[in-house]
Amino acid sequence: MPDLAELWSPVRLTLILAAVSTLVLLVVATPIAWWLARSSARWKEAVAAIVALPLVLPPTVLGFYLLILLGPDGPGGWLAEFGGARSLAFTFTGLVIGSVVYSLPFVVQPIRNAFEAMGDRPLEVAATLRAGPWDRFWSVAVPLARRGFLTGAVLGFAHTMGEFGVILMIGGNIPGETRVLSIAIYDYVETLRWTEAHVLSAGMVVFAFAVILAMLVLEKRIGRAKP
Amino acid sequence: MNPLIRILQRAALSLTLIVAATALQAAEVRVAVAANFIDAAKEIGAAFEAETGHRAVLSFASTGQLFTQIAAGAPFDVFLAADRDRPHRAVADGLADPDHRFTYAYGRLVLHSREPDLVVGPETLARDPVGRLAIANPATAPYGFAAVQVLERLGQWERYATSVVRGTSIAQTYQFVATGNAELGFVSASQLADRTGGSRWPVPDDLHDPIAQDAVLLTSAADREAALAFLAFLKGPRAAAIVERFGYAPGR
Repeated sequence: MPDLAELWSPVRLTLILAAVSTLVLLVVATPIAWWLARSSARWKEAVAAIVALPLVLPPTVLGFYLLILLGPDGPGGWLAEFGGARSLAFTFTGLVIGSVVYSLPFVVQPIRNAFEAMGDRPLEVAATLRAGPWDRFWSVAVPLARRGFLTGAVLGFAHTMGEFGVILMIGGNIPGETRVLSIAIYDYVETLRWTEAHVLSAGMVVFAFAVILAMLVLEKRIGRAKP
Repeated sequence: MNPLIRILQRAALSLTLIVAATALQAAEVRVAVAANFIDAAKEIGAAFEAETGHRAVLSFASTGQLFTQIAAGAPFDVFLAADRDRPHRAVADGLADPDHRFTYAYGRLVLHSREPDLVVGPETLARDPVGRLAIANPATAPYGFAAVQVLERLGQWERYATSVVRGTSIAQTYQFVATGNAELGFVSASQLADRTGGSRWPVPDDLHDPIAQDAVLLTSAADREAALAFLAFLKGPRAAAIVERFGYAPGR
């Protein structure tokens, strides 16, 4: 019988990492998505391409650059010094930064699509009703784009849950701090502890199925409820 | 003659020639190498190729990872582990040949930092506060297992147990130290053999069980003769000289 406390620790850590990363992702992705959807700048597709890079790049490329950026020779090391450390690698903060970069396209794209699908009309109408830009954004654009936000949040959360390569390179496998679910499974497989690997892997399959199914169902519901 | 038939004839002839040429070509030995032995294995592989004309194809990972791959049917001919335990288990599981197993090197552990003057001896580990210390994953890498023994015998394990950074192999562990992301790390002496700079403390052998590194012939070997030639070369004086130059004690 596997040790349940030992199995729960990476699950708990991964859930917290995914939740924190999703919150940060929503804060970071919303202004980017808004700008990409509304701006008429010629070079905005270049910015969109930069945001989408993690879709194509192997995790090793991201992991390599993150290791340098988070380390004592990069800005991460400079930031870490305020906390008395020398590197943001091997820290929970470092994993959040890595996850945000890694999952950014999965959150920006659906929100951008939702903002674009809304068109100019609702905002123009709100403007004639003397709603200020801030008010227009919060009371008109965000509610109309809720489907995009939901899709983005779910995808960002799920994608972070399944993150592996980047964390293998910048995590350092510290129990309770950077030893996430995918790393724990990797460890169990590499040490032939297949009972534990089976429990966690099967849990991951069920989780992934539930997330995808829930999203498909929710999307339909929200789509129908659209005014 | 029908031009199509002529083309087919020519194709058949060239195919025969290709097959004949391949059969004459030197054999290939696929070697699973524990990560600490990467640099030495590359040199030994090159020397082996020059002497025998066979080709040595090297794959690297931690000993535990390689063992799992071998158990899962990975197509290797020879296993160069960083411990005695995995080759023994491979034999017990019928994956390796007990008649062709020997210790090719004894590993040495070094406490290393890229910062000059930081590592002076065991007292470096007793400093306050504890810095980030990198070790190889003790569950899969024998050098990581030895590092934990050293910490335990120095009475320091309690202080590091919750913060120690684990590399997937001794190669990643060295990388963590070399990039400065970890202040200190227990690495293999072989990784520092060709490098200067930083500071280091060669860990005395009595602080951990000997890191006896065993080589073994795998029963899955595709070309047994070539694999045995590689093992013979590894036992020989040229390989022994390379092994020693990389900071290992020679195997017996």
